[in-house]
Amino acid sequence: MTDTTLSAAERRKLVRDGLARRHLNERLFRTFGIVAICLALGFVALLFTDVLRKGIPAFTQSNLHLEVTFDPELLKIDAAPVRAAGQSDADFRSARLGWERQVAMLNWNTIIEAGLRDAAPAGFEIESRQLLTISESDARHRIRQLFVNDPDLLGQTISVDLLASANTDNWIKGNINRDLGDAQQQLSAPARALIDIFEQDGTITQGFAWSLFTNVDSRSAPASAGLLGALMGTFWMMLIVIVLAVPIGVGSAIYLEEFAPKSRLTDLIEVNINNLAAVPSIVFGLLGAAVFINWFRLPLSAPLAGGLVLTLMTLPTIIIATRAALKGVSPALRQAALGMGASRTQMVFHHVLPVTFPSILTATIIGVAQAMGETAPLLLIGMNAFVASVPGTPIEQATALPVQIYLWQGNENRNFFEARTSAAILVLLGFMITLNAIAIFLRSRLEKRA
Amino acid sequence: MKTALYASAAAVALAAFGTTSAFAQSRDTIQIAGSSTVLPFSSIVAEEFGATFPEFRTPVVGSGGTGGGFRQFCEGVGDNTIDIANASRPIRDSEREACLANGVNDIREIQFGFDGIVFASSANGGDFALTPAQLFKAIAAKVPVNGELVDNPYTNWSEIDASLPNQPIALAIPASNHGTREVFQEKVITPGALASELPEGLSAEEKTAVETTFRQDVVVEIAGDYTETLARLTADPNTVGVFGLSFYDQNRDTLKVAVIDGVTPSLETVAAGQYPVSRPLYFYVKGEHLGVIPGLAEFTEYFLSDGISGNGGILEGAGLIPQPAEVTAEVLAAFQQ
Repeated sequence: MTDTTLSAAERRKLVRDGLARRHLNERLFRTFGIVAICLALGFVALLFTDVLRKGIPAFTQSNLHLEVTFDPELLKIDAAPVRAAGQSDADFRSARLGWERQVAMLNWNTIIEAGLRDAAPAGFEIESRQLLTISESDARHRIRQLFVNDPDLLGQTISVDLLASANTDNWIKGNINRDLGDAQQQLSAPARALIDIFEQDGTITQGFAWSLFTNVDSRSAPASAGLLGALMGTFWMMLIVIVLAVPIGVGSAIYLEEFAPKSRLTDLIEVNINNLAAVPSIVFGLLGAAVFINWFRLPLSAPLAGGLVLTLMTLPTIIIATRAALKGVSPALRQAALGMGASRTQMVFHHVLPVTFPSILTATIIGVAQAMGETAPLLLIGMNAFVASVPGTPIEQATALPVQIYLWQGNENRNFFEARTSAAILVLLGFMITLNAIAIFLRSRLEKRA
Repeated sequence: MKTALYASAAAVALAAFGTTSAFAQSRDTIQIAGSSTVLPFSSIVAEEFGATFPEFRTPVVGSGGTGGGFRQFCEGVGDNTIDIANASRPIRDSEREACLANGVNDIREIQFGFDGIVFASSANGGDFALTPAQLFKAIAAKVPVNGELVDNPYTNWSEIDASLPNQPIALAIPASNHGTREVFQEKVITPGALASELPEGLSAEEKTAVETTFRQDVVVEIAGDYTETLARLTADPNTVGVFGLSFYDQNRDTLKVAVIDGVTPSLETVAAGQYPVSRPLYFYVKGEHLGVIPGLAEFTEYFLSDGISGNGGILEGAGLIPQPAEVTAEVLAAFQQ
């Protein structure tokens, strides 16, 4: 030790000489910290502004208000079958199905075309095909459904709200460059002129895009494409994740932490659980495809298989968080319970678990939120299929919210779906933020009570 | 706490039970997978089918490329395998063998129309009027110069031919998981190699190697869909990308199409057979599933009906090039046997 031989004055000088350098280091590190935070916030702000800028316009959509006439001249159809006395259920249903089939075969576009012509200024010249590009192609199914529900409409004129086509929406919103020539436009010149007239006289108005939430995905009628199917698919998957991952995860964490003897085996298990938490999600997808689809023969693209894969992914998160929460409980509480004669099970369930409840809840919500945003493993079990129906059960084919974003991102109508994709991202982000907010709220509330 | 534990245990048991009972049920939704070129058409028909036939459920359409579709299709027979494989090329012998090995014997081919493959560049870039020979010279790793095979020396299009724009060569082509790649090879590069006079005395293998070995520096192979190719073009406006005609048609505001052999690709020129790079589109129906999966036969017939894939049908509006009605009639007759 040479230091001890220094005199007090020498030591003071040594400290003073180093002082400027230490202060500089401190200032540098603080500046670095501030720059890092600014950069991080800047990137997040950039991302959000971009998504908001693109996505918000997609929450409004062009609607077409038309007077349509169920003209008996255009709709040559038998009267709807009426249930005769003594007719069996099955007979009536088949007669009804036959009639519906007949209705479906009618050309409903003629009705819409007539409605559009009536709305256009007198003498406006436009071909039928060009005229029909203004309304979305699912309009004829909507009108037909109105008629199927109420066959008495034949001969009547009613006003309906229909969706304007995706290309109409693009033109009105300026998603497609309005200065481009005819060759580069999706809509013909007369159709574009008519849309502008419609917009001015109020036949086409902008309204909230309910279709985004009430419709399933659509390729034949892009303007009507919505998230309902994906939302339901995500709902089923999250239900499975919660039902399976929470009890299994919390149970194994309690056993490992409170009951399992400390041995090499439990150490090995612990290391492996930590490793599992770091495994990329695509690996879980491959595993899920091999085990759940090929071996257990679960249906392809069903939320059941997706939910199971996401459960596998979420388990380590919940186990690790629950164990950490249990570790944090003071040993005094355990000893007090045991000292009063409680069994180990009573000690855990009556005393330790209630204290850790807020942390376990938070971990669960965050784990579920993570699972909700997961895409890669779902692609491998066929959940990226085009599904145009709402899944009523977890074994029906479905897609999920993040996968829907991926699918819309690849849609060929770029002008329309760029905005829709961003809108779907906003919906997903909305769910994430809500879930995380609930987690924070519950934790602060429950912790106060505890 | 105890009740909660029991409740979750019961829920798990219920979920497990629900799963097993579901297996016994037969699937009532048609399951389709395969070519991403066919996917838009197939999805539209699926939706229309669901809307038109109240008694059947809307079919589910997956992607995965032609090869991926056949792999799933040939996995076997039963609820857990797909019913229809979409394809942008005919089934290969090796795929047929894989099907046979797994008990899929009754494979019914349905050809339902045509698709053009176009070369498109950024709408703001130069105009391209290409020939297969020029494309071969741009893309091949080794090209003939003065009767000898040398490493491809061209960096700009204008070096290949003075009529082409003076911009760096950059190409985005579909990767080999796409059926489009095979058509691209067959209809563009191979004829291009033939036209650019390869040196004599090459063996068949050497010739194939010259035709199929592409430059790594300027050629990007896209495994994803056309949106990915479009993103390449946006990132590097000099890139010339390979697209389906229908994709180009929906994005005419950002893309400019190249003329091939003096013919501009369009519905008309492909239908008339003037545009050289076109191919028929198919889907394959698993015969074993007919009568088992409800609506499979009806879906196939509906797909081929005039209002869907015929002239002026819904799919024409989405960019499909209809095939002559006689061909459709033949295909339908062969299917119904």
